[in-house]
Amino acid sequence: MPGRRKHTLLLAGLALALATVSAEADSHGGKKKPELISGASAEMLAAQCDGCHGPNGASGGPAIPNIGGHDAEFLMEQMKGFASGEIPSTIMGRIAKGYTDDEIKRLAAHYAKQKWVPAKQKFDAGLAKMGAPLAEKYCEKCHEDGGRKADEGIPVLAGQWLPYLHFTMADFISGKREMTKKMKKRVNKLMKSKGEKGLNAVLEFYASQQ
Amino acid sequence: MTKVNRRTFIQATGVAAAAGVAGMPNVVLGASKKVVVVGGGPGGATCARYLKIFDPGIDVTLIEPNQHYHTCFMSNEVLAGKRTIEQIRFGYDGLKKAGINVVHDMVTAIDPEKKVVKTAGGKDFAYDRCVVAPGIDFRYETIEGYDEAATKTVPHAWKAGEQTVTLRKQLEAMKDGGLFVLCAPPNPYRCPPGPYERASLIANYFKKHKPKSKIIILDPKPKFSKQGLFKAAWKKFYGFGSDNAMIEWRGAQEEAGVVSVDVASKTVTTRFGDKIKADVLNVVPAQKAGKIAHVAGLTNDSGWCPVNLHTFESTIHKGIHVIGDASIAKGMPKSGYAANSEAKVCAASVAALLNGKEPPAPAYVNTCYSIAADDWGFSVAAVYKLARDGSKIMKVSGGLTPGDAPAEYYKREVFYAHSWYNNITRDIFGG
Ligand SMILES: Cc1cc2nc3c(=O)[nH]c(=O)nc-3n(C[C@H](O)[C@H](O)[C@H](O)COP(=O)(O)OP(=O)(O)OC[C@H]3O[C@@H](n4cnc5c(N)ncnc54)[C@H](O)[C@@H]3O)c2cc1C
Ligand code: HEC
Ligand code: HEC
Repeated sequence: MPGRRKHTLLLAGLALALATVSAEADSHGGKKKPELISGASAEMLAAQCDGCHGPNGASGGPAIPNIGGHDAEFLMEQMKGFASGEIPSTIMGRIAKGYTDDEIKRLAAHYAKQKWVPAKQKFDAGLAKMGAPLAEKYCEKCHEDGGRKADEGIPVLAGQWLPYLHFTMADFISGKREMTKKMKKRVNKLMKSKGEKGLNAVLEFYASQQ
Repeated sequence: MTKVNRRTFIQATGVAAAAGVAGMPNVVLGASKKVVVVGGGPGGATCARYLKIFDPGIDVTLIEPNQHYHTCFMSNEVLAGKRTIEQIRFGYDGLKKAGINVVHDMVTAIDPEKKVVKTAGGKDFAYDRCVVAPGIDFRYETIEGYDEAATKTVPHAWKAGEQTVTLRKQLEAMKDGGLFVLCAPPNPYRCPPGPYERASLIANYFKKHKPKSKIIILDPKPKFSKQGLFKAAWKKFYGFGSDNAMIEWRGAQEEAGVVSVDVASKTVTTRFGDKIKADVLNVVPAQKAGKIAHVAGLTNDSGWCPVNLHTFESTIHKGIHVIGDASIAKGMPKSGYAANSEAKVCAASVAALLNGKEPPAPAYVNTCYSIAADDWGFSVAAVYKLARDGSKIMKVSGGLTPGDAPAEYYKREVFYAHSWYNNITRDIFGG
């Protein structure tokens, strides 16, 4: 009974977490604050994110991104980037600052284990069709498997919420969020030859991968 | 390993227990693990679901009088005509599917000695641990002339459902050029930014459909939640501060708290003595924990329920946990997100305790989104940890949407607020 086993593990996780409950002086404030209880399990920490991101990090949209099933390294980089302000955000910066590196590691491992549930969303079939070969040409080198790859720091794009893809691309293109040099080159090439419509078509293609 | 089926296992432990054999490490697994949850709002429903997630072996019964729950969150969008009442309505099928025994009945008493919950339907439910999440009730006695009967024509709309529909209908029927008066409650109350989001969204509706109308907020407080962000939005969209302001806010400085209401003429009198006649009147009185919390003796002088902040076990009655708006969750506001967050910490603690273990380390989060105009939303968020001495749930990070955020980000926060709503309601009710 696989379900049963998972839950037993969960309980074991809770027990483990209690074994590692440890005091930790608050390192965030600078001022002397009361000692805090740390050592929450991955399940406990993640349960608190799921209120916004959806059960097991599978978002019901329309815009908060799926996080369950992303690559662990990518998740860690995002959380650290949000906390430092390097990656712009509306709210994650304020939230990510509240977690230690160790907690971020546990959270990333937890969400990387979850199943990626492609967003059930509307898309423009014509544009998606146009986008398929463009994604293949300009993005597939890194976002392999039609954007399904979740490894080596690469985020899943296939089945991510479309408004979120638009938001992140807008931040990339405006320079608010830095692209890796190589991605920037590809995106620029795409924009140069196919314009904004080309980019939209690529995003519609990823949205169509349900 | 020989396969032991559940029945023989229980029989074996039963025999062991009857024979008084001590030191059997597994005995606790065979012990009864019955939890009765009182109330099927964000606090109770989340707790029931997570009890089953953390330990499917727990027998969970949730008692809630209503077949459907209407969320207060996004009910301000219903008032503004942006959403229908059906779009904030949820049933309990998701909980039933998760193996929770859902009983539609009203709890009338809780006996902490006998560990029994009693209902209006005449049933008794025995528990090993009980979780109480009844939300709020109103201190009608603080406003002369206002009582439960008066809410039929002068709604509070601070519990969603029928009250929301009543207020929406009145707003629809109001003539252009009418006056809407919102009497805000004193602290502490459910959803600190709620009254100001309500004023914003009703202004959004007026601006489109009844542009000559006005809104006055009468507030017993000198300041309010997200004040800077609200006032900036009111200025940007509703002429706040100008001669032609659609929204006017009067606070404690002007002794603007409402002391009496004349229901028939929809006239309120403030502490200062001003009399204001409204076309549509919305009175949100001072609040206290839901009635059953008082009946069960779970409240202190403040009218709310003191709890251990790690387990949410009542500091008055052992074996009963209180979560959500009714509890004193020192450090956290009374919000749906907070109720959902507390419920998870409580569920993990209850599951551990029923299995003879120490409660695991807790983690808490709260967020409240507010929508002030069509493409204008903002938020307050916080991540918390418990102080080691258990005295307070301490904020370790968070804060408000920055006042100088780009307009594009205020727009995104509307999309994110709606996403949050879709996700948290699935987290609460399953499905
Ligand atoms: C206008 C408005 C806007 C809001 N917006 C937000 C927002 O954007 N974000 C946010 O996080 N929060 C928001 N809130 C706050 C949020 O609605 C509450 O904090 C939340 O509902 C508290 O949940 P609860 O489970 O403690 O109580 P409730 O939601 O009140 O649920 C209590 C349940 O218990 C049941 N019950 C009561 N007595 C008994 C009994 N004796 N026996 C059995 N069952 C019983 C009731 O029927 C009810 O279903 C808003 C509130 C308002 C009024
Ligand atoms: C208040 C709602 C909220 C909470 C709580 C929340 N998130 Fe987020 N999350 C968002 C939003 C909104 C975004 C989009 C970025 C932004 O604007 O902040 C996001 C983006 C992310 C991303 C980027 C995903 C991608 O594909 O780029 C990650 C990773 C993430 N969140 C992880 C977490 C974790 C882990 C937690 C819990 C510690 C958490 N979030 C809690 C709302 C939330
Ligand atoms: C050279 C490798 C590479 C190429 C080519 C590439 N990307 Fe990326 N992309 C990345 C990496 C790595 C990230 C992770 C974030 C980071 O490091 O900036 C990323 C992140 C993204 C994100 C953000 C997703 C999220 O959840 O936050 C989007 C959207 C995206 N890429 C779209 C594209 C598109 C569209 C193309 C093709 C036009 C493309 N990328 C080409 C490497 C690449």
